[in-house]
Amino acid sequence: MSAGAPWAEALVSALIVLGGSFALIGSWALVRLPSLMERLHGPTKASTLGLGALLVASVAYFQLIEGKWTTHELLVSVFLFVTAPISANLIAKVHLHRLRLGEASEAVGPAGTQPPPAPGVEWATHQAPHEGSAGDLQGD
Amino acid sequence: MNRLLPHPGLSVLLVAMWMVMVNDLTFGTLFLGLVFGIAVPLFTAPWCPGRPNVRFVPGAAYVGLVVWDIIIANFQVAAIILFKPTRNLRPAWLNIPLNLTTPEAITVLAGTISLTPGTVSADVSACGKFLLVHALHAPDPASEIAKAKARYEARLLRIFA
Repeated sequence: MSAGAPWAEALVSALIVLGGSFALIGSWALVRLPSLMERLHGPTKASTLGLGALLVASVAYFQLIEGKWTTHELLVSVFLFVTAPISANLIAKVHLHRLRLGEASEAVGPAGTQPPPAPGVEWATHQAPHEGSAGDLQGD
Repeated sequence: MNRLLPHPGLSVLLVAMWMVMVNDLTFGTLFLGLVFGIAVPLFTAPWCPGRPNVRFVPGAAYVGLVVWDIIIANFQVAAIILFKPTRNLRPAWLNIPLNLTTPEAITVLAGTISLTPGTVSADVSACGKFLLVHALHAPDPASEIAKAKARYEARLLRIFA
């Protein structure tokens, strides 16, 4: 590591510590929160601000200490923001399915079971897309 | 024009992402980026027949707002995780009625809700008019629903007009 200005190194270090702290708090949330749906909130946090701070630290390091601009971090954050909600959504959907099937290992969380969207309507997870429904792709 | 560039927004995005990935601002990389930006939408057009109408200036403002909200909400949720005992935690399912109609807009809203810590979108109703969201701490679910609708959905209605 080439030596940079002390304030630049302090800035990069502070960002790395901030990012690491949020990743740690997100992991701690997995341990201490009561049930699956609550635990889902921990990792979404670690992957947004925790990783965001680490990526800003990476940009700051290359710019202030190595004297180069890097843009790869921007791409990492874009891909992360696109994919993180999808994995959380899939885990939530599996949870809803297992609750409905009444699997013994699947505990109902403190929020209870989810309410139906409206009288006579189901959540999409419990109803396969069919002709004319919102989940039906055009032209398939 | 429409035949050569079926998705102009996607073309611009692909060129920008190519430049960011190569991390090098020269004519050669720009040219190769343009080749991908034109060829990829052209060859995938049969699978995406619709073209969502997106307004870019309010869209960029929306991204800024969401990033700001993510930073604020991260600190709030960190405080909940570290200091709030489980017996005081009030997790709740939120049933958000949607005014948005296009799949793209609903997807962006669901993604926004999942990314802001403290809320995860779990499902959409079969009729496409409701969004199921799990909140980590919502003592007053009605006000959380009103907040998500006023802060995010109202803006998305303008962006995907």
